[in-house]
Amino acid sequence: MESILLSLSGGLLEAFQPLNLLMIVIGCVVGLFIGAMPGLGSVNGVAILLPITFLVPPNAAIMFLAAIYYGAMYGGAISSITLGIPGASTAVATVFDGRPLAIAGKADQALTAAAIASFVGGTVSVVLFTLFAPPLADFALRFGPPEEFALMVLAFATFIGLGGDDIPKTIFSILIGLVLATIGLDIISGRPRLIFFDISGFMHGINFLVLAIGIYGIGEMLWTLEQTEGNVIVHKVNMSWRAFLTNLGHVKYYIKTTILGSILGYFVGTLPAAGATPASLMSYGLAKTFSKDPESFGKGNVAGVAAPEAANNAASTGSMLPMITLGIPGSPTTAILLGGMIIWGLRPGPLLFTEHPDFVWGLIGSLYVANAFTVLINLAFIPLFVRVLTMPFTVLAPIIFVLCVVGGYAPSQTMHDVWLMLLFGVAGYLLRKLNYPVAPAVLAIVLGPLAEQSFRQSLLGSQGEVWIFFERPISATCIAIAAALVLYPVLRGLRKPAKAQA
Amino acid sequence: MNIARRGILALAGALGIGAMIASAPGVAQDWEPKKPVEFIIMAGTGGGADQIARLLQGLIEKKDLSPRPFIPINKPGGSGAEALRYLQDKAGDDHVVLVTLNSFYTTPIIQQDLGVDISNFTPIGRMALDTFLLWVNTDREDITDLDSYVDAVKAAGMEWKVGGTGSGQEDSILTAMMEKEFGYEVTYIPFPGGGTVAKNLVGNHIDSTVNNPAEQNEFMRAGNTKPLVQFTPERMQSYPDVPTAQELGHDIVYFMQRSINGPPDMSPEARDWYINLFKTLFESEEWQTFCVEDGLTCDEWVAGDDLAAFHAEQGKRHQELIESVGAAAITGE
Repeated sequence: MESILLSLSGGLLEAFQPLNLLMIVIGCVVGLFIGAMPGLGSVNGVAILLPITFLVPPNAAIMFLAAIYYGAMYGGAISSITLGIPGASTAVATVFDGRPLAIAGKADQALTAAAIASFVGGTVSVVLFTLFAPPLADFALRFGPPEEFALMVLAFATFIGLGGDDIPKTIFSILIGLVLATIGLDIISGRPRLIFFDISGFMHGINFLVLAIGIYGIGEMLWTLEQTEGNVIVHKVNMSWRAFLTNLGHVKYYIKTTILGSILGYFVGTLPAAGATPASLMSYGLAKTFSKDPESFGKGNVAGVAAPEAANNAASTGSMLPMITLGIPGSPTTAILLGGMIIWGLRPGPLLFTEHPDFVWGLIGSLYVANAFTVLINLAFIPLFVRVLTMPFTVLAPIIFVLCVVGGYAPSQTMHDVWLMLLFGVAGYLLRKLNYPVAPAVLAIVLGPLAEQSFRQSLLGSQGEVWIFFERPISATCIAIAAALVLYPVLRGLRKPAKAQA
Repeated sequence: MNIARRGILALAGALGIGAMIASAPGVAQDWEPKKPVEFIIMAGTGGGADQIARLLQGLIEKKDLSPRPFIPINKPGGSGAEALRYLQDKAGDDHVVLVTLNSFYTTPIIQQDLGVDISNFTPIGRMALDTFLLWVNTDREDITDLDSYVDAVKAAGMEWKVGGTGSGQEDSILTAMMEKEFGYEVTYIPFPGGGTVAKNLVGNHIDSTVNNPAEQNEFMRAGNTKPLVQFTPERMQSYPDVPTAQELGHDIVYFMQRSINGPPDMSPEARDWYINLFKTLFESEEWQTFCVEDGLTCDEWVAGDDLAAFHAEQGKRHQELIESVGAAAITGE
């Protein structure tokens, strides 16, 4: 314990070196904007800025990259909330409640909640990282394919168990997502599946961000245009100090969700297979399931913004763990960090902690500092971001449309994806008119491939024996919790009508 | 409104800095990239190809060799099928290159319905020949050499789990070659990348693997996994104590090329620019050091038409290999 504190203080001192501090601050600001721009994404952002890192010593450089990564995690929430377009895949779950809040004129509340939750998520996870990195790295090793599959089952259960929603419609939505996730080349055998009309674009599968931008960006725009007949303009925007303090005071409504989301996010992030997107979706599902007021989720509940934001920030710190100790980056952005490390002659692996403590602790220290700066910068920028909403929707709609097209084109740079995105936009709008929840479809397309892969790997390993999922303690526990989650709202649903009749 | 405009300016400024730095002038030439170059990796993160691509990306930036950045993108699906198909569909695009594994040869042979013909691709340069070793977890104290390994596998039968990076991937071919040589059969489980395979070996979720040195070295140094045999003609400098299969009387030698290739119909100017770029990288001190540390062979620079000839010869060899062990043994069907 003492040695950890000693190392940590060394790391913090390192992060407070003038040059390092400057790089962290610049990184946070740049990251914030990169995250907020749909389609730019932190992968491209970090790649474009990589050259800067060669102008400074390696320690400052890796802190810079980590700060961008961190800032982008915060920034993703901004376009999710203000425009209803997920700026990054990790911020999709933030749209679910963030956008309705913005429409109701509470964008400042949502943005404050996102910033605070991100801060808590970041802080909780970096503390966990400081204290428990080595044992958690060992624990992550115990996750083989059966455990990964059980975790995915758990994630799906959090969504089926969304109390209040129509359960058959939720299951239907998940199934649609799973079918879409099947498109492309089979993960295990490499055979093409569901290549519609022999269009080669389908070989690459459906990019998750294309689906999310279509359903949320375009679908939401169509919906708003219909509702308002192009009339509404201004959302009220409240920007006094008092409003700000009141918003801060709202922390009490979502602090529990936030802490739960942070711990969950950190843990899911440390597993090499998962990463921040599944973590944020799972956290949202759990928050809704255990909320006293599940009906209000999806309609503008601040806890629905806080849960995914806490989890995605926590997971992004968590995913540094497999990168450092196993050399397996948990996300494309950490992969770029990994590239940076290799160039500077740092080989990630179990020995990095002991052989290069300066580097590792400097990085951890910089996470503390970056987290504190990003929340301050973010809070300071909120008045600017909510200004966007004061534009008449007739002006905003074309801007949203353009950003969606750019965001749909950017990931793989093919027009195929833009058409698909528009198609999903129309489909999303129709599903919404028919009262189908679309969030479960989004979850399914993220988790479907992960679940399928680990399921098939498990069964290959067990010679087709399904009991493998129940024999291993970790996977059995996950499945038991999943079963409980599915049954919980059903039981609660049974009790309610009984009461109503009485 | 004013504030919003200022915000947009700030954003434009932030991006401008990035763009300015990214577009710092390189050496003047007829052709150079006009937008970021997609650096496609036909395997998952943490694997050998991935590490190589990320090192090269960094060296390109560090040495300021390209006016536009290289952006590594992993397309691991279906033993590289996803990446190959992607490159094929990018025909005529001068801003995408692929770093290969041997699945570059085997995947189109095994998956005929993929519709990819690698002889249409634009060969750029061969960066290295990679090597293979047989690895087990150090917890397996009963396994100390090849003989005890074979005994353990035979005792376990189909329960023995070999992890790899995909059916038809080079490690699955090597696994099939071993099955044929030693007369046993194992269960082969595909993972999305060599890094994930290594993690599963350390966590005891699989029993053995034939990974590349780069994917296992750090775990070996930490005492998590141990090499039993190397599949090279001679012992590598970095593994002086590990016997080769040939020394032990088993004629299994297998290499993997790590080369850079463009899509079909890349313009000749672009091809020459890339050949020049990767030649500079190949000759750099950093690359040669990496080769020695990671057990790669980087003696000879093979580029352009010479590489095309090398690909043709390797393609033929893999066709024969697949016929001799049987495609079914590789795909596990």
